[in-house]
Amino acid sequence: MRLNELSPGTKAFVKKVHARGMISQRLRDFGFFPGVEVEVLRCSPLKDPVEFLVESNFISIRHEEAHCVEVTE
Amino acid sequence: MGNSAELVVALAGQPNCGKSTVFNMITGGRQHVANYPGVTVDIKEGVLSSEGTRIRVADLPGTYGLSSFSNEERVARDFILHQKPHLVVNVVDTSNIKRHLYLTLQLLEMGAPVMLNLNMTDVADARGVQVDPKVLGERLGIPVVTSIASQGKGKRELRQALKASSPSKPLVIPYGDLEPFIARLKEKLAQACPEWRFPLRWSAIKLLEQDESMLQELSLCGKEGEEVGELLLSLKKEFTEQHDEAPEEHIAFSRHLAAKELAQGCVITTKKTAKTLTDRIDSLVLNKALSLFWLAGVIYLLYELAIVKGYELTAYTWPYLAAFRSWVASLLPPAFFYSEPLFRALTLSVVDAVLSVLNYVPIFLILFACIAILEDSGYMPRMAFILDRLFRRFGLHGQSTLPLILGGVFVGGCAVPGVMATRVISDEQARLATILVVPLMNCMAKIPLYTLLVNVYFTDHKGLAMFFISTITIIVALMVAKILTLTVLRSKERSPFVMEMPPYHLPTLFGVGSRTVERTWLFVKKVGTIIMLVAIVIYGLTTFPGLSENERQGFESREQALKNSFLQEIEENPAGKPFMNDSSAIDALLTYWDSYQNGIKQVRSKEAKKAFLEEYRRKNPDFFAVVLPGRNTDAKAVQKAFKVLVSERGSLQRSYKEEVISSSLLGRLGILLEPVTRWAGFDWKVNVSLLSALAAKENTVATLGALYQPEEGQEGAALEERMSSQAKGFTQLHALALMIFMALYPPCIATLIMVRLEAGKNGTRWMLLSLIFPICLGFLFASGIFTLGSLFSLTGLQAMGIFYILALLGALIFSRIEPRDDTPLAEGR
Repeated sequence: MRLNELSPGTKAFVKKVHARGMISQRLRDFGFFPGVEVEVLRCSPLKDPVEFLVESNFISIRHEEAHCVEVTE
Repeated sequence: MGNSAELVVALAGQPNCGKSTVFNMITGGRQHVANYPGVTVDIKEGVLSSEGTRIRVADLPGTYGLSSFSNEERVARDFILHQKPHLVVNVVDTSNIKRHLYLTLQLLEMGAPVMLNLNMTDVADARGVQVDPKVLGERLGIPVVTSIASQGKGKRELRQALKASSPSKPLVIPYGDLEPFIARLKEKLAQACPEWRFPLRWSAIKLLEQDESMLQELSLCGKEGEEVGELLLSLKKEFTEQHDEAPEEHIAFSRHLAAKELAQGCVITTKKTAKTLTDRIDSLVLNKALSLFWLAGVIYLLYELAIVKGYELTAYTWPYLAAFRSWVASLLPPAFFYSEPLFRALTLSVVDAVLSVLNYVPIFLILFACIAILEDSGYMPRMAFILDRLFRRFGLHGQSTLPLILGGVFVGGCAVPGVMATRVISDEQARLATILVVPLMNCMAKIPLYTLLVNVYFTDHKGLAMFFISTITIIVALMVAKILTLTVLRSKERSPFVMEMPPYHLPTLFGVGSRTVERTWLFVKKVGTIIMLVAIVIYGLTTFPGLSENERQGFESREQALKNSFLQEIEENPAGKPFMNDSSAIDALLTYWDSYQNGIKQVRSKEAKKAFLEEYRRKNPDFFAVVLPGRNTDAKAVQKAFKVLVSERGSLQRSYKEEVISSSLLGRLGILLEPVTRWAGFDWKVNVSLLSALAAKENTVATLGALYQPEEGQEGAALEERMSSQAKGFTQLHALALMIFMALYPPCIATLIMVRLEAGKNGTRWMLLSLIFPICLGFLFASGIFTLGSLFSLTGLQAMGIFYILALLGALIFSRIEPRDDTPLAEGR
């Protein structure tokens, strides 16, 4: 399952980041590592982007980028 | 730098760790503090001395890591590598220490002499996070100092610790399965490039991370470097095949584990707060139904405070500026009968230009204070979060919201702070697109022309016309942004949208105040000086080459005729005696009158007025009798004749000015352009006023005012009346075309300078583009409206409606176009 498929209020664990270069770098900077818990907080009023809570960091990501993160429940 | 009396200290840290506040605290200097990821792109320096030692403190840009993917990271890393600071103070947010240690580890790994500063311990306390600085210091082998910079706590300790040194032995992080690969690469590197100037292990790790700067270093090593490169490729391939994981992923994950382990060893979490205050605020502020309401409220408040209230404030400050102008005018050589000495005219036009900028200072103070509050509070990333999707459709970015608002999305903004605010946009393509469309917004200086035209030509539909003009600009700007991103900006770098939503902060008075003053001063300094130069140039262009001898003689004889009729009028009058035998007396009286008029305006109190009158009476009793005749009937008669003379002289002055402008270089250009601008319905007068508006748009109405002189019996009529009675052929359609052209008018000089500055590389080219494309686009639209409108004999209102619908449709179509090379960012890079 991918991160963009989760709905607000749910939690999941990062399994793998399927990306290279700058985007994977950015995701790692904010703590998207295997085994880390991610909580989906809310969608923007226009649906995209989405705000997540990752290890006490509030991060907003577009669907496009969230698609790169594989998660398990 | 190696001087023993001077030490260089660098401040490094992740965004939102309070680094800028720490910088302010230890240097006591003014510095930018923004609660927005990565605002400080330049390196700022402050100097402090401590017991005879000068310490230069450099504030590095906030970075999450030290790769070379982003500009900030490159800047920060290169500073540490090449400037070799005596100490690197790593500021961390104690409440979020695990993430911040991720950077600390990378700093230590590259062998930088690090001192750790555990900042924001108050926030950590509130969240129930306690860090033992002693344990942490021992485990890392470096000094650790705690502080609460927002309250000024820890200042002495930090300043003292700056002089001390720190071990610069690179930290070794265990990379597990990757270790043998690192060892092989390190060995090869040492052997192939003996002159290598960076720590070997660190370099090997960076190479395996695919670090661009390090790869570049390698390519400088010639043939041996290529061999290392080949080995690197095969090692990467081998590792990826063996472990189903790229080396850079493995490296980052190992660092993450190391930071986690480190944090576990020295952090005690006393309470588990389920929801932080920030999260609770966000659930209100970013609420689906309410968020747009809050956003509209914030925008409304911004306009109301800065533009409306700021404008009201200028009513109080303007008299001081006007007094300054009068004071300058009183020092200059007096005006001639119908013309002015060159020095006087030139100086006054420069003073006027500078004052027109200074007049905006109250607005800018409020505006910059509001921006600083928005930045520090943490609301800015929320604005981006709310509107990103809309803007992205047009190639812009959520972070384009603020620049567009400042530029004047509705009515009344200023492109200068708008362009300045684009700095925070992380996506290069969207940033340039925003810089280029911000000037299309409705800045304050465009409004006088709109008001003039709407009042004259859309008298019955004022509201509708203003609605049209305030919304059409954003519609067109979005389309233009999309066109730009599909064409000239196509190859510009795009960045993923991964944005931190920092915790809400209460802005501090010092932080907001100092930044407000700093930015306003920057604006005044930069813009003020340029405006002066431009005013001189525009003066030259609207004055030279001047009138021919013949034309001049015409004015001379009109002057003589006016004087003669004045003399005739007062011939028999005893009060007129002083003027009869002295030919220069009339000129002297006029000068006296001008300076009296100039002076009386400044008089505020009753006593001052008395003294002022006494002074003028003493200066010349005869003249005083003419100016203020009292009950003296003879003097009254002279006064009457004199008033006629003054008024006649006024029209002579104005027609002289018009004559000079129309025969000037700019006037000739306006006439020359007329055949082309006819398509848009602009005559040469409009052309000249538009050309002079290039310096500052405020000029448009002023120039039109000089060109539409009051006619017989129209003295004192407002420009509105003069235009509607004199510009007979000028219809509603003309007005609409002119308004559209003004809406898309190229940026003023001040904005152009900012565009050049903020666009970065090739700034001059972007500046020229932002000058030329609005002219073309505006002219295209204006001539389309005017020519087609005339062809189908539409009224201005009909043409307005049709244009609006077409623009909306166009925007809708453009929002649907997907960029061609829009490969999913993920796998694409």
